[in-house]
Amino acid sequence: MNRITRLFAEKQTNILNVYFTAGYPYLNSTGTIIAALDKAGVDLVEVGMPYSDPLADGPTIQESGQVALKNGMQLSLLFDQIAEVRKTVEVPLVLMGYFNQVMQFGERKFLEKCKEVGVDGLILPDLPIYEYEHFYKDWFEDLDLGISFLISPQSGTERIRKIDELTRGFIYMVADAAVTGATGGITEIQLAYFQRIRGMDLKQPRLIGFGITDSAAFQTVSAYASGGIIGSAFIRLLGGLSEAALPEAIDHWVKSIRG
Amino acid sequence: MTTLSFPITVDEQGYYGEFGGAFIPEMLYPNVRELKENYLQIMAQPAFQDTFNKLLKDFVGRPTPLYLAERLSAQYKAQIFLKREDLNHTGAHKINNTIGQILVAKALGKTRIIAETGAGQHGVATATVCALMDMPCVIYMGEVDIARQAPNVARMRMLGAEVRPATSGSKTLKDATNEAIRDWINNPTDTHYIIGSVVGPHPYPDMVARFQSVISEETCWQLQEVTGSPDPDLVIACVGGGSNAAGSYYHYLDKPQVRLIAVEAAGHGVDSGESAATSVLGSKGIIHGSRTLLMQTPDGQIIEPYSISAGLDYPGIGPLHAHLIQTGRAEAVSITDQEAMDAAFHLSRTEGIIPALETAHAFAALDKLTFNPDDVIVINLSGRGDKDLATYIEFLDQF
Repeated sequence: MNRITRLFAEKQTNILNVYFTAGYPYLNSTGTIIAALDKAGVDLVEVGMPYSDPLADGPTIQESGQVALKNGMQLSLLFDQIAEVRKTVEVPLVLMGYFNQVMQFGERKFLEKCKEVGVDGLILPDLPIYEYEHFYKDWFEDLDLGISFLISPQSGTERIRKIDELTRGFIYMVADAAVTGATGGITEIQLAYFQRIRGMDLKQPRLIGFGITDSAAFQTVSAYASGGIIGSAFIRLLGGLSEAALPEAIDHWVKSIRG
Repeated sequence: MTTLSFPITVDEQGYYGEFGGAFIPEMLYPNVRELKENYLQIMAQPAFQDTFNKLLKDFVGRPTPLYLAERLSAQYKAQIFLKREDLNHTGAHKINNTIGQILVAKALGKTRIIAETGAGQHGVATATVCALMDMPCVIYMGEVDIARQAPNVARMRMLGAEVRPATSGSKTLKDATNEAIRDWINNPTDTHYIIGSVVGPHPYPDMVARFQSVISEETCWQLQEVTGSPDPDLVIACVGGGSNAAGSYYHYLDKPQVRLIAVEAAGHGVDSGESAATSVLGSKGIIHGSRTLLMQTPDGQIIEPYSISAGLDYPGIGPLHAHLIQTGRAEAVSITDQEAMDAAFHLSRTEGIIPALETAHAFAALDKLTFNPDDVIVINLSGRGDKDLATYIEFLDQF
């Protein structure tokens, strides 16, 4: 069974999904960070494939991607790093990136490689559901890989139903109309949106991301969905750390989020 | 004036052959869908066409002349006509599209405008229509381009626009476009993004091509008056994203007897590592929401392009052009910085017209093409060179 499916079968609340960019802050820190997040009790790890032109990401994740690319990060290396850490770590792993990266690797080859190294699902914000449904859906099903589509406060009801039908694993709920890394507390308007979506009684579980920076925000979104996704705030933590200091700092940070 | 009825359309999903589509984050989907579902209907309304045509005539100064360049014709032993888009208000073809899009934005009830710009021509054209329509306007422009196109930055500011520097990547047109898209994601309800070229997610390439098609529409009847036929033998235009090329090809797309020449910027040379010749160096991929040809690494990272001309300094081309080039309908020619510079000085001294650096690339193609004596050639003179004077001055000693 796919690890993401198993996770949501076993746990329905307070699921903590943490994002970081592969190859950041160091070329070979990817495995160390995944292992540390797993050990600290994170439920899901989302690994970003650094990209030259990340349209849906804010400055923090953009910059981490630039550093990672400068460090020499490449997809072939990332797959090796994941295969290695997979030997000792069972936490579900999701790769997040842009569809051009998948296209250039070869779509089918990319998905097979994910399966081979132990990636459980993908988030590709610029892959439209139309393209997915008509060209790639069968491959995801066939390889038992997850795919998470995004919904935003502007998504209409019919669109959300369609996304619910096509999603495999969990729906990525964008908390706010913003690229990642925005800050500030959760507003009444956002809460109304969380409630609206919760009231739709969707088949797929939901995780809420974008602008979730601390324990309070995580607790809030967890009350309206299965849990939350933290990215930019975690990247900011990693930024100042030496390679040796990563595991302890990550453990400390995860505990602070769990509260 | 233009009737806004057109021979070529994209399919329902926005594809020209295998190029196009809408590869956008879900956050943009409602905006793009709203545009897709409404643009054709808005453009077909008589009131819209009235306003659009009036503004093109009285504000922009259309129709632009089709000028027989006699000295150039004698030199190349052909009949060379220049479509004088440089004589448009604001100095380039870009305003044909910004007039159209701001009217679409108003029809959609939008109250704020954003745009990207490379050379600054599209930024100026957008700032101009925003002033005209009393709409707040934010222009994203790469830091490098801000430095090399200072007069246009000043014009945008004088017109009341806010110019925001794009500081990521190569700090040029590609990065300005990224920042504009992010702005649109962050402002999903009140903002319209006026894309300046035939790039971006469907329906932008089609919408921009339709607004620019006034160029070929006028060329048809202007040529008819002079030569007795609406069709030239060749149409030559420079291509960055490709809006002036799309506009000057438009009514000839389904006339295979008219050769379409797409002139790309080779920078320091196609194989120099500093180039923007996308059709030669590019492969299929996704840029700015569209599947097209683009310059990229084997890992799918977009390569920073280079050209002396800010307007051609773009690592992709519009999906229409990718389709035209791939199917052989259009012929691509690459022109280096130096060749463009030679052509700019030559045109200035032969015909008394200082072209934009982008446009100079189209003229340089005359030396690369073979054609028959007395062929009728239309070169789209897409913009004037005032904005490039600082660069030209650096080369004055050579000429």
